[in-house]
Amino acid sequence: MGMNRDMVGYSYPPSRPYFVSAEKIREFADAIGETNPVYTDVAVAQSFGHTTVCAPPTFPIVVTMAAMQEAFHDPALNMDFTRVVHGDQRFEYSRPIQVGDELVVTTVVEDIRALGNNDVATFRTEVTSHGEPVVTGWSKLIVRGDE
Amino acid sequence: MAAQVALADVTIGQELLPLTVTLTRLDLVKYAGASGDFNVIHWNERSATQVGLPNVIAHGMLTMAGAVRVVTNWVGDPAAVVDYSVRMTRPVVVPDTDEGVEVTYSGKVGAINDDGTVRIDLSAVFDGQTVLGAAKAIVRLA
Repeated sequence: MGMNRDMVGYSYPPSRPYFVSAEKIREFADAIGETNPVYTDVAVAQSFGHTTVCAPPTFPIVVTMAAMQEAFHDPALNMDFTRVVHGDQRFEYSRPIQVGDELVVTTVVEDIRALGNNDVATFRTEVTSHGEPVVTGWSKLIVRGDE
Repeated sequence: MAAQVALADVTIGQELLPLTVTLTRLDLVKYAGASGDFNVIHWNERSATQVGLPNVIAHGMLTMAGAVRVVTNWVGDPAAVVDYSVRMTRPVVVPDTDEGVEVTYSGKVGAINDDGTVRIDLSAVFDGQTVLGAAKAIVRLA
């Protein structure tokens, strides 16, 4: 049957706020093999003109992936999440994520189309902190159809 | 933001310093914890092979994180990256070994734009093949 095309344009309710901590940024930087002190040392971050430590560029996935889970498990969308492969990812930044941000994600089903036997769904995830835009993500997920 | 590279110093085709990252199963466990992505195909060999994969594979987002390090190492300030996009084309297979597997990231200046930004075209190679396609970062320079 495939994913429900009627859901294109649907906007999920905003996620609960995620409080960005210095320790989580440190953990994420370490997990991606980063040793650059800009992510852990306030003085280094300030030398680049920031007030506090910033997160690495792919850090938004921590909140955007969690927000998209609601869509993945939404019966109205009819997405078989056991067959999902992450195809494309893009982030457009207004500014980096920083310690002290309270991130809220709004997930929008931007597109659903067929690619051979598969469905390709594009989700737009708009991330704000205290109402201000921080980063927008676009994730293309491929739902593998039957062979 | 204060990039440590000036626009005037950049030429099209200029290569950035490449980076080789070693990934073991432990790295995938740490990344699962840090990112919140506990998909079994990234840590459980039985589940990975059951869905037709050759073995456990790295999170595509972990490869995306690695590639942009080439850019942030070059420009200094991560806030200089204003746009970043990739296609995840092939998996990085991570068997259960102590030595792990290597992914090599590289990048070069693909375009110099009118608005003070440059485009860096990135590549990620594992086992002789690219694992990311159309990987590009738009960077605002000093």
